[in-house]
Amino acid sequence: MKKLWNSYRYLFFRRFTQISLLILYFGANAWGWKMLQGNLSSSTILGVIPMSDPYAALQMLAAGATLATDLLLGVLVVTLLYFVVGGRAFCSWVCPINMVTDFASFVRELIGMNKLTGVKQPASRKLRYWVLGLSLIVSAIMGLAAFEFISPISMLHRGIVFGIGFGWAGVLIIFLFDLFVLKNGWCGHICPLGGFYSILGKFSLIRVKHNEENCTLCMKCKVVCPENQVLHMIGKKSLPVLSGECTNCARCIEVCDDDALSFSLRSMAQNKKTGE
Amino acid sequence: MSKALSDRRKFILNMARGVGLATMSGFIWSAFIDEATAAKLTLRPPGALKEEDFLKTCIKCGLCVEACPYDTLSLAAPGDNKAIGTPFFIPRDIPCYMCTDIPCVPVCPTGALDESSVTTNEKLDINVADMGLAIVDEKSCVAFWGIQCDACYRACPLLDVAITIEYSKNERTGKHAFLKPVVHADACTGCGMCEHACITEDAAIKILPRDLVQGKAGSHYIKGWDKEDEKRLENAKEIKTVTEISKKTAVDSLNSNLLEDLY
Ligand code: SF4
Ligand code: SF4
Ligand code: SF4
Ligand code: SF4
Repeated sequence: MKKLWNSYRYLFFRRFTQISLLILYFGANAWGWKMLQGNLSSSTILGVIPMSDPYAALQMLAAGATLATDLLLGVLVVTLLYFVVGGRAFCSWVCPINMVTDFASFVRELIGMNKLTGVKQPASRKLRYWVLGLSLIVSAIMGLAAFEFISPISMLHRGIVFGIGFGWAGVLIIFLFDLFVLKNGWCGHICPLGGFYSILGKFSLIRVKHNEENCTLCMKCKVVCPENQVLHMIGKKSLPVLSGECTNCARCIEVCDDDALSFSLRSMAQNKKTGE
Repeated sequence: MSKALSDRRKFILNMARGVGLATMSGFIWSAFIDEATAAKLTLRPPGALKEEDFLKTCIKCGLCVEACPYDTLSLAAPGDNKAIGTPFFIPRDIPCYMCTDIPCVPVCPTGALDESSVTTNEKLDINVADMGLAIVDEKSCVAFWGIQCDACYRACPLLDVAITIEYSKNERTGKHAFLKPVVHADACTGCGMCEHACITEDAAIKILPRDLVQGKAGSHYIKGWDKEDEKRLENAKEIKTVTEISKKTAVDSLNSNLLEDLY
């Protein structure tokens, strides 16, 4: 039992956070709760502290919209938050699509899909930065925040919070795509919001750290990691995970039986030493 | 022939492929957004910027939706055929009750709902809101048949200002009056209380976005009988246009290409 808890504790906390946030947002709309009003695009905590999606704001800027002070304040709050907890902590602790893609990835492993397709992935993980760039160009040309009109993340979140239609189709497509076409396809390759937070994550404070002395090279961490390219140092060098693509989901920490991975704070000295 | 591509060539080809794919996706993406935001019949919350700017500015957070005590507003879901995620209302279902404190507007974090557009003398004033304009269909409005109904008139929060009743003689019976509702475009806020109250099967008075129903005379028309309008003449500059008149005689012109054109 203890072992079970140990190897799923972060997963539990993540699901707990993701679902609690959904409930708080839902409650605000359905029963007038004040904790967390709005949705992931923009919200207020207790009606006072503003929070806004910095990527949405960036698209609005590209589209030539005037950014209101409230919006900018909200962007600042969110940017600071993820600067501390790790850019893509949004992905593994908040984003509702993460539950869908994690599930797809779980089923994929279960039915042996990964054996069928082999280890070599047919698409580049850099794709998301192209999508990110493209979204800004399309925003500028169309004069509208381009990704916000197609984002399956906002659609799903709005759908749940406001009890309106979700665009089931979009979510299903992502699920099937991740399951049958490309492992970690959406979150690990395409999603421009994930791409945006990856960039922010390059500078953020809380990082996973590898202690090579304890490592027994079981490679369990690399199997569970949705972005396993960031774990290139496993068994080779004691290093923190410096890539912003790490989602701080902590799956690697909890599956490691040998205490070779843990959370740590990024220190500037470390960065210099490794030349990142 | 099976010579491997040089690194340089590979790089260039890869770049070209990347740019090509990006351009293609960019076009598809743009076309989709163009379609997705084309819905013209969308009524926005009070104080909304004009549609183009509204679509640019609204972040789709739904704070306005949550603030409305009457559940008037909702966010467009896939399948609503409206710009996705943006707030709108359908007056026949739930109209805007024109709250005097307009709770939906100040909560907007982006200014897509513009407080200054619903403010007079530094106080929020819902009466200057402009969500749309009520249009009466004289064919289906029973008041125009001679049947007495003033449901819309009584429902209007700006009773006797935005809707008035016009009396005229019913020639058919010779002894009754028509009590016809007339909407005044300058005052109507487009709240939709009238459409909501209308007693006909399908409302005979409907709210439409203003730019859809209202025209524009053009600045060269001036109401000579209106002192205010006349003032526009003060800054008017004379514009001379010269059209060159053909030097040919009419006969020349008739003879010129006529036959060639015919055969
Ligand atoms: S990559 Fe995108 S969809 Fe996936 S968890 Fe992150 S933000 Fe959500
Ligand atoms: S003015 Fe009142 S009724 Fe009308 S949309 Fe705003 S909150 Fe709702
Ligand atoms: S509060 Fe403003 S930004 Fe949010 S959905 Fe309403 S209009 Fe859009
Ligand atoms: S929409 Fe109808 S009820 Fe509202 S102000 Fe206009 S005429 Fe009056």
